[in-house]
Amino acid sequence: MSNWIPLWLHKLSSPPTFYRFAGTLRPWAMALALVFGAIGLYGGLLLAPADYQQGDAYRIIFIHVPSAWMSMFIYAVMGMSAFVALVWRIKLAEVVAMQSAPIGAAFTFITLVTGSLWGKPMWGTWWTWDARLTSELVLLFLYLGVIGLYQAFEDRRQGARAAAFLAIIGIINVPIVHFSVNWWNTLHQGSTVNIFGHSKMSWDMLWPLLAMTLATKFYYAASLFRRTQTDLLSLESGKDWVRQIVNSEAGQ
Amino acid sequence: MSRPGLTAACSAMLRRDLTLAWRRRSDMAMPVLYALIVTMLFPFALGPEDTLLQRIAGGIILVTVLLAMLLALDAMFSSDIEDGSLEQLVLAPQPLALMLGMKILAHWLTTALPLIVITPLLAAMLHLPAPVIPVLLLALLLATPLLSLFGAVLVALTAGTRRSGMLLALMLLPLCVPALIFAAGAVTAAQQGLPWLAPITWLAAALVLTLVLAPLACAAALRIALDS
Amino acid sequence: MTAAPIAVPLLEARALCFHRQDEPVFAPLDFQLHAGELVLIEGDNGSGKTTLLRMLAGLLHVGSGELRWRGAPLQRDNCAGDILFLGHQLGLKGDLSPRENLRVAAGLHGDRDGISIASALATIGLLGYEDEPVRRLSAGQKKRAALARLLLLPASLWLLDEPYANLDRTGIALVNQVLETHTAAGGAALVTSHGAVSFHGGEPRHIRMQA
Repeated sequence: MSNWIPLWLHKLSSPPTFYRFAGTLRPWAMALALVFGAIGLYGGLLLAPADYQQGDAYRIIFIHVPSAWMSMFIYAVMGMSAFVALVWRIKLAEVVAMQSAPIGAAFTFITLVTGSLWGKPMWGTWWTWDARLTSELVLLFLYLGVIGLYQAFEDRRQGARAAAFLAIIGIINVPIVHFSVNWWNTLHQGSTVNIFGHSKMSWDMLWPLLAMTLATKFYYAASLFRRTQTDLLSLESGKDWVRQIVNSEAGQ
Repeated sequence: MSRPGLTAACSAMLRRDLTLAWRRRSDMAMPVLYALIVTMLFPFALGPEDTLLQRIAGGIILVTVLLAMLLALDAMFSSDIEDGSLEQLVLAPQPLALMLGMKILAHWLTTALPLIVITPLLAAMLHLPAPVIPVLLLALLLATPLLSLFGAVLVALTAGTRRSGMLLALMLLPLCVPALIFAAGAVTAAQQGLPWLAPITWLAAALVLTLVLAPLACAAALRIALDS
Repeated sequence: MTAAPIAVPLLEARALCFHRQDEPVFAPLDFQLHAGELVLIEGDNGSGKTTLLRMLAGLLHVGSGELRWRGAPLQRDNCAGDILFLGHQLGLKGDLSPRENLRVAAGLHGDRDGISIASALATIGLLGYEDEPVRRLSAGQKKRAALARLLLLPASLWLLDEPYANLDRTGIALVNQVLETHTAAGGAALVTSHGAVSFHGGEPRHIRMQA
């Protein structure tokens, strides 16, 4: 009984099994993402009260903050998959790591853009070199580096291993960049650092934020399932299970 | 038959790479010429006003040296991969990380050291105050090995791929931001008459850590890259 | 009367295979190689001879199956320096002379007792060209410079990918002679070749690669 979970994980890592697993769960994940997203956006844009200091301009937080959390969360998932891929050479781990990178890059980009749009009314500037913004920008470069390195290899599996290695090096780098920019900012006095004036968030604003957080997580899952399915089909294109799927879909 | 000890192997490796660099010594001039030309462009672009140039001289020199080293990084492993020497190195009965460390050292000696030597000239062209120059040199002495070490890991990862130099720049940028920040911090502090030792010690600490870890990472990256 | 102990094979492969883009490069291989043996690996172009040799050298990971060196799984720690690999790329620096190239190799591997760099270069037929940069040598001379490593460096197993390529008849005879000396002294060698390997000690064992 105690080895039920490892056995299940081992079975799951086989491409055809994961393909079916992902196919079953994906519609549910997408549905949940849409539901929570609708709830969160309705709550955040319409129900939540206007902010004491910023008025309605703060409402972009309901996209900005969940995106920022996702940009970090996805990097962590990518890093863990990368580790598994390098140590145990499991194909599914390679695929999950590589397919997470574009999603993470997209969320990072959204974070930067929404942050910039928020910064203009709030700080009077589209951009400032404070620790958090700079670290987020560096994170975007890390994602792009992983994607670029993966594309540069002819052998996809070797490319995945090289990009996985880069992802792991990057994980160590993100806190270092954050720390060093923080230090740099304090050296150059007179920078503006004020992300959120409140020390606590009222529940009226918090629950839509949590709803959006769940929405983005489910969206990531749905998107990752779809991308992984596609990549597995392409990687295993000579195998029987792929042929069966293609034939059965062609027959419909 | 006796397996050579570590010091003998290290000196063999270092001597090999330095000899090879010397046989193509005209290549060593490229990063230096690049740095000189780029530095010269700034007064043309910004106007020769002394006070402006003085304020940003330290930053310009650091970035220029970084870019010059980036250009030269590609060559670290390329010729060894082409002629199969890197494979032989991987198969040699010596710790690969240590042998690669020697290669990186040789590369730094032939690429970064000339740049550091001409830094006083660059500083003079941009009117950096003379008392700041020693701090700049110290910062470069600590930051350039960091760049060589990080760059080596990344170049090893991309060994033998069809890649552009832009990919290397993209990958290297996030890794060298901290080093650049601390180096620039030291120079700016010195220029303003403030204590500059703290960022220098941070750089030194980072260098010590990287000296130990980067060759190991480089060896791992190389094995991944050759495994196909 | 006790039976003679069975020697542990130098190299042993069981169901050895390698996959590229998930396609097997060659059919699974089983073989054993003992000290003193010479084996010729035959196969058409693209049958995976070079891939096999690189896997045996430890440059490629084992795709599937087992590969054992002196009874233990083949790892860098237990075989580094005991296996010499000569691939399509010769592993010589063009800007250095054969003498300098050998000096570097000996600096990393050590050298055999009784052989000096000068004598190795003389035996391999590069007398007069020891100090010429390798890039100025002819293809055959470059091959000889690479082969000189085999004479100089101590190793039990030689993995040679097309050692006869680019050599004239004296060169080919020289390689055969060198192989015979090596196997007579207890070394082993795995050789790929398009042409025939003729051997005074008799016909070498053949392994045929299937794509």
